[in-house]
Amino acid sequence: MNLITIALKSLKQRWVPSFLTALSVALGVALMVAVLILNNVITEMFQESGSGYDLVVGPKGSDLQLVLSTIYRMDRPIENLPWRFYEELKDYKTVEHAIPMNLGDTTEVGDFPIVGTTPQFLLLEYAPGKKFRIGNEEHGLRGTWDAVIGSQVAQRNGWSAGSKFKMIHAGQDDHVHDEEFTVRGVLAPTGTPNDRTVFVHIDGFFQMSDHSKPVREAIEREAKFFGETEEEVIQRHKDDIDEILKHENESAEEHAHHDHGPLPDIQKEVTSILLVMKGNELQRANATMSMQTMLKDGFQAQGANTVQVMARLMRNLVGNIRLALLYLTALIIIVSGIGIFVSIYNSMSDRRREIAVMRALGARRQTVFSLILVESLLLCLIGGIGGLLLGHAIVFVAAPIIEARSGLLIDPRAFTTTEFIVIPVLIVMATLIGILPGLTAYRTDVAEGLQNS
Amino acid sequence: MSLEIVNLKKSYREPGGGSLPVINVPHFQLTEGEQVALVGRSGGGKTTLLNIISGITRPDSGAVIVGGVNITELSEPARDRFRAERIGIVFQTFHLLPAFSALENVLLGMAFAGKQSRAHAVELMERVGLKDRMHHRPMQLSVGEQQRVSVARALASRPRLVLADEPTASVDVANQKLILQLIRETCEEKKVTLMLVTHSEEVSSQFDRIEQLSNFNQIEVTA
Repeated sequence: MNLITIALKSLKQRWVPSFLTALSVALGVALMVAVLILNNVITEMFQESGSGYDLVVGPKGSDLQLVLSTIYRMDRPIENLPWRFYEELKDYKTVEHAIPMNLGDTTEVGDFPIVGTTPQFLLLEYAPGKKFRIGNEEHGLRGTWDAVIGSQVAQRNGWSAGSKFKMIHAGQDDHVHDEEFTVRGVLAPTGTPNDRTVFVHIDGFFQMSDHSKPVREAIEREAKFFGETEEEVIQRHKDDIDEILKHENESAEEHAHHDHGPLPDIQKEVTSILLVMKGNELQRANATMSMQTMLKDGFQAQGANTVQVMARLMRNLVGNIRLALLYLTALIIIVSGIGIFVSIYNSMSDRRREIAVMRALGARRQTVFSLILVESLLLCLIGGIGGLLLGHAIVFVAAPIIEARSGLLIDPRAFTTTEFIVIPVLIVMATLIGILPGLTAYRTDVAEGLQNS
Repeated sequence: MSLEIVNLKKSYREPGGGSLPVINVPHFQLTEGEQVALVGRSGGGKTTLLNIISGITRPDSGAVIVGGVNITELSEPARDRFRAERIGIVFQTFHLLPAFSALENVLLGMAFAGKQSRAHAVELMERVGLKDRMHHRPMQLSVGEQQRVSVARALASRPRLVLADEPTASVDVANQKLILQLIRETCEEKKVTLMLVTHSEEVSSQFDRIEQLSNFNQIEVTA
């Protein structure tokens, strides 16, 4: 019979308070595990979502708003950029891929954000080593009116390949576009905002009513953006502008009867542009920095590094919330610890006889002190291990529910390395908790303890 | 194991600040394997004397020599060790631990002496007639059975001196005889020295040597 057996027997004897105190530790630890895992998932989601791209280019303004609107579809776009700027970036020597993104519109059903983009977007990695996957029988953005939808959109709206939908014009709840897009593919879950996004072919996006910039405004805008005169802009787009002006005085009926080609470039705009730079990791990093500096110095655009912007947001805002949650759960564990202390300490007056008998049988003072410490350790460890299991059980059960409701992809078997510190922390806490009751046992007067029983 | 007490004094501090003498034994001796019944009135210092002999309580002065070792000169851990290894105690109210079975209570005594032997514990349970009930908790045993477990526990670590403090006071007449017989026979078999404290003449009359505590504990009794 060793100290652990003796301690276990003593705890079993007082099983109701022992169970309740271990349970309070278990609940604290379970909550901590759940918060840690959720925190990891959110951090990963934020860090991973835009990490496949080196730079997000958009109009000058808040870089956070640019990233939140382009990558996370959480904020309104800042403004638009001329199509010519996209074309120039696409051909820039250090740029491997430039993907135009047109944002702002939403689906009529479900209010999901719509992104007008090129088919290439779905072929690139959205995070290092991670590419979009579309069902076997489905395909990406081939035709003008094709759409590919995220897994959450498909689930919530009940859409699949062949479904048709309409969209609401940006910022105008009552303006539903007449044109319909057809779903051609459903993306496999990515755990990123792409899961709740609808991607439509940029050609179809441009051909929708109100998606073309009036030509005079477009000329003025482009001239201002590039620091040119309006004459220079007109000369550059002469053929397109002549063609537009030719049809300007047509009646609506006449306009509807002749064949429209693609929208002239002068009337096209993009909300933002995703850039992937050429070369290896180092070359890409250098090219990204050069591009950012170049954009900062000239024109009216900015380049935001998604990872840096999100790291800043995580540090300043999300990080603090995360920290507050962790503090809160740590506090719960400390409160549980105080519960254990109160339980053991209160039991000491009842256990004076037990301690005195052990001492009379030859147990040393250090032995009874250790016995109380072992009891405290056992309560904390049983509670802690139970809490770890309970926490993972909660995550296992809650993962599909959270995924269905929020789109956050949580691995039911997720494990965070931070959990490794839970047990050592509990051991330290148990030791501290056990010291005072242990000293009470240590100081027990044997003769008095035997006499008072 | 022999026992010799020389000039032993112990007094307790009173709440008013005065001193209450409890033990004043100029000399007392027991030879190895001897059995003695110590008789005295309540509050006469019997339990204190047993506590001093077992090393639980420290005397104010004097010597208690058990098996040639003056335990009053030992440090507390050494006295604990000595008690665990060489002295068995039977309490009036048994003092069995409720969380443990009868057998585990016996094993517990051995655990602190560092000489656990389950076979020996089972053998002792058999010896006290409780082999069939050794897995029962104290609460599930009768008073007489509990005291028998207590006897088995006192003998578990193969002590050379057994101190029994009114071991039959809490049990019925039938069990009194049985328990007394058990303690005496077992001690006799193993040549263990026995000091049994009692205020019952019926119990003390069965011993060859009967000592009135008042005869050798020379304290001044203030009525």
